[in-house]
Amino acid sequence: MTKEKKLTPEGFVKSFKDTFKTKIKDAKIIKRPAGAKKNSTANIWMKVDNSIFKEAIKHLCDIQFPHLAVTSGNDLGKTIELIYHFTVNFGTRMEEINLNISVELPKSKPEIDTICDLIPGALITEREKMEMLGVKIKGIPDDKRCFLPEDIPQGVYPWRRDETGPEKLYRNLHEVKK
Amino acid sequence: MKQETTTKTSYHIPVGPIHPALKEPVYFEFEISGERIVDVNVKLGHVHRGVEWASRKRNPIQVLYLAERICGICSFCHPAAFTLAVETAADIQVPERAEYLRVIQGELERITSHILWAGVAAHEIGFDTVLYFTWQIREKALDLTEYLTGNRVTKGIMTIGGIRRDITPDMLPRIKKDLNFFKDNFEKLRHIFLDDKTIKMRSQGAGILTKKDALKLCAVGPTTRASGVKKDVRVDTSYFAYGDLDIDYITPDVLTGEVNGDVYDRIIQRLLEVKQSIGLIEQCIDQMPAGDIVSEPKIPKLMNQLKKVNGEGVGRHEAPRGEVIHYVKFDGHSENPYTWKVRAPTYNNILPWIPMLKGEQIADIPIVAASTDPCMSCTNRVAIVNDNKRYELTKEQLHSLSVEKTRRVLK
Repeated sequence: MTKEKKLTPEGFVKSFKDTFKTKIKDAKIIKRPAGAKKNSTANIWMKVDNSIFKEAIKHLCDIQFPHLAVTSGNDLGKTIELIYHFTVNFGTRMEEINLNISVELPKSKPEIDTICDLIPGALITEREKMEMLGVKIKGIPDDKRCFLPEDIPQGVYPWRRDETGPEKLYRNLHEVKK
Repeated sequence: MKQETTTKTSYHIPVGPIHPALKEPVYFEFEISGERIVDVNVKLGHVHRGVEWASRKRNPIQVLYLAERICGICSFCHPAAFTLAVETAADIQVPERAEYLRVIQGELERITSHILWAGVAAHEIGFDTVLYFTWQIREKALDLTEYLTGNRVTKGIMTIGGIRRDITPDMLPRIKKDLNFFKDNFEKLRHIFLDDKTIKMRSQGAGILTKKDALKLCAVGPTTRASGVKKDVRVDTSYFAYGDLDIDYITPDVLTGEVNGDVYDRIIQRLLEVKQSIGLIEQCIDQMPAGDIVSEPKIPKLMNQLKKVNGEGVGRHEAPRGEVIHYVKFDGHSENPYTWKVRAPTYNNILPWIPMLKGEQIADIPIVAASTDPCMSCTNRVAIVNDNKRYELTKEQLHSLSVEKTRRVLK
């Protein structure tokens, strides 16, 4: 948390690409102007390889301690995509950058390392991903359910679009004895 | 119900799911030693309604109205963040006038929300005359909201590509009159909250959140700014017309010269933000350019455009309680969103409760919990389990404990 280095959007992308080479894919910077003066804010999107995910977050924390807004998740069929929405460079007028780091996990082994040791505020969003998407977060300090009630059966993940999704619960409510 | 498990001197009190100072359900489990709180465990999800899942069966215009119903107080913020995400994904340009009108709605909502909170905070420490006074001001703000949008709570004002109602020149005198009313009463409120001995005694040094904890736990909004972190989506980024306006970070040291991160600082923070919001609305009225208020008035045409979108977007807006962020993904096949993720500010302000509440007294639970302005909901009883004997504190009893403490410190 001691380091506070501010980089430009291009600087962030370059820093990641220099460190992780080909493990960073589809890096793009999108700027959308708003208002009458057409000032814009940058959105960085990048896909990091599963194997270097933890190092990538560590690399980010080494540049500057980020704010983790939330983690969102998509069921893409064969894989599960997690997108970590960070914001960096806050604290100066219109210099903030949205940094969206996505990582794809195979459904056969949906496991990822926790980042709670680096960013303690990630706990609730990681717990939510565990119960909603069936992702296993390795090393999470608290793996209890966060939002789902206890009477939802284990192995049902509401955000999934496959056979582990919630469909069977809402089609036959009488079968789950609600 | 968890029984006494640790040392003999400490015991557990569950608070909630329906209670303290919270307007919606959340469950706390406190470990208490005497009057002091040693540890806190928070459990959520009592009002999880599967809103994100429900969006899979709705098109973006329908989702707007679903988003509006996530929260009654933030009924502009959620559609706003959703709209921003959709506009980014579909690359829709919004007319300039609409951007200014959106700021006016957003700031009016902040005034309403912060004044409501000020009343609730006063009530929690037993200062009910202030509750009635603040809610009287809030009533004016709601009347103005109704005048501008046609509704008091669920405003139905946001739409993709613009806004649904314009502000015409004949409406300006009424808006200016109401803004002056807020300004006059703001001075009174400031005097009551910042100079009153009782409020100072109950709130100074209570529920401290350090700057380091605020950063580490990713707190947002007035909660993090009251701890000295300069983080405000309106200032940090350029969206709506905020990039054009004269706006700066507000932290409590603007007024007092120092940041303590206690409940008192969070009161100062919100009061200063009310003043800032009044200023922003005035700026918008002065600078607003003429022109259209929506990029595509024909909804079927807009829907056709959205149907073809294959992409994703993130929308962030500074709600009264802090940053709200929505993520939307379209797959290009269906007109409904493929994924919609909503993150309301309280989601990030849950973990900061733990350092705030540790070391405080039971009577401080209501005001400390209320000081982050949590948007979940409110309990009605506390059950105390001690030596297998169980007794309950109703909301009224917990409230009177808090009021008694106020009387006690006054002596």
